[in-house]
Amino acid sequence: MAARSVTRLVRQPAAIIPSVIFPLFLLAVNAGGLNAATDLPGFPTDSYITFAIAFTFIQSAIFSTMNAGQSLAQDIENGFFSRLVLTPMRPSALMAGQLVGLVLLGQFQALLYFAVGIAAGADFAAGIGGYFVLAALVSIISVGFGGIGLIMAIRTGSGEAVQGMFPIMFVLLFFSSMTLPRNLIEQDWYRFLATINPVSYLIEAIRSLFIVGWDAEALALGFAIAIVLAVLSIAFAARSLKGRMLK
Amino acid sequence: MSQESNGIEVKGLVREFKNGPRAVDGIDLTVEPGEIYGFLGPNGAGKSTTVHMLTTLLPPTAGSAKVAGLDVATEGSKVRKVIGAALQEAALDPHLTAREHMKLQTSLHGLPKEERLKRGDELIERVGLSEAADRRVGGYSGGMKRRLDLALALVHRPRVLFLDEPTTGLDPQSRASLWTEVTRLSAEDGVTVFLTTQYLEEADQLANRVGIIDAGRIAAEGTPAALKSEIGRPSVEVVPRDPANRARSQEILDQFGTAVPAARDALGIRLNEGIDELVGIVRAFDSANIELASLVLNEPTLDDVFLAKTGRHLEGAGEADSAEMPLPDGETVNA
Repeated sequence: MAARSVTRLVRQPAAIIPSVIFPLFLLAVNAGGLNAATDLPGFPTDSYITFAIAFTFIQSAIFSTMNAGQSLAQDIENGFFSRLVLTPMRPSALMAGQLVGLVLLGQFQALLYFAVGIAAGADFAAGIGGYFVLAALVSIISVGFGGIGLIMAIRTGSGEAVQGMFPIMFVLLFFSSMTLPRNLIEQDWYRFLATINPVSYLIEAIRSLFIVGWDAEALALGFAIAIVLAVLSIAFAARSLKGRMLK
Repeated sequence: MSQESNGIEVKGLVREFKNGPRAVDGIDLTVEPGEIYGFLGPNGAGKSTTVHMLTTLLPPTAGSAKVAGLDVATEGSKVRKVIGAALQEAALDPHLTAREHMKLQTSLHGLPKEERLKRGDELIERVGLSEAADRRVGGYSGGMKRRLDLALALVHRPRVLFLDEPTTGLDPQSRASLWTEVTRLSAEDGVTVFLTTQYLEEADQLANRVGIIDAGRIAAEGTPAALKSEIGRPSVEVVPRDPANRARSQEILDQFGTAVPAARDALGIRLNEGIDELVGIVRAFDSANIELASLVLNEPTLDDVFLAKTGRHLEGAGEADSAEMPLPDGETVNA
């Protein structure tokens, strides 16, 4: 299943390339247009690209939701899922197989964004060891969001329904500390939303590796939220899948 | 496992869909081990819904079904180990090759590593796809997809095989090769085959026994020969050489049977007694000095059986009431 997941990704470049490129475009637009934000008192760095690059990793993880969900929805729509269900394979193995390709894609994207960011002048305070922490966090986040896509696919069986989640995921991204640190968001309601939005803490954990180096609190919060998201989404996806299969 | 436990036993099986009709309405049927059972019916009759229940893909609303001695509702995982299924749409990944499908399927079924490649190649060869084995399935024709689908259903040597309209949309050559393989599986390997079809010829030629389903209920069941002999009487079609003799010809025919629809220019009757009346018909036309351009004797077909049991012809019978049935969680199945 894992090999199939990777093969499918490699053989559908048209489905993958936009999800790889788009976060870089958004980074270029934001870094170009919002550089003046570094002049705000209390802004944590004088390089906006160092601040902004974190959200590219999260955005690519959000694309994981779509990739995983649409891949499974396609299997359901063309009947391949029924073939898988008719084998003795456990639901958890099916879930894991679907996500392996996604995690590998996430790793490729992480390396690409990291290289582009550094080449464009971003600092990475955590050093080489920090990159491995970044890669681990990105993997867990990809699994978490990928699991949400799987749930949608299993429950609706429709690629269109999975795609319909895209705007919701983008709202989650935009109402976070994506463009400004939470303490510098002027509007109370916006700051409140960014504070209760778990995506903020995922971004801040990644950002801390670039700006601070080793911020134990930010990393602990980020990993905790990513792990809870991954465990809950996979457990719920496996449960939904079991519900479709007779005992 | 003994051959004796390879059959199918269905009692009062029902499937209702939310806000939908009763797709399967209390059917009873028994399929003997090693038998090819043809499940014949128009679109929307309940054939696919029955297959989905028997293959554990859909829970029954009521009733019970045992496949190879295992209850589909409570022993689903055991049932899945002993059955193979090729469903209505060839369940393939367009991005993978036939060989990659085989590799995946053999590993998911837990075949020993050293056996996987051999088994995959053997089945690919058996269904005539050796030359296309390394091409992506997305570029295959409908017939090639169907043959690969059948091969995938066989990787773990199932004891019971479900084929849901396996030849729909296939050209005559692909259809014939699939029939040959299905017959071989039953005759040589002792596999029990449950085959749904809307083609009369397929059920007639392939199946040891036929169940005719209409509107979710079994309308008739038996061997094709027995079902046809139940209807019993053949029909006769005559074409008078001189069209002016049509009315007189019809009068003669009416003495021997009841009128039935016939081909263009022909007059048709269902014989009252049977084939013995043919001599009388010839003599009657001879006595009346009516010359015939043709006289054809038609044996009863399964369509005649369907007509007798449901009041409709099989072809086109289900098109008006065919509908997509909603499954739990939004999936749909063509009933």
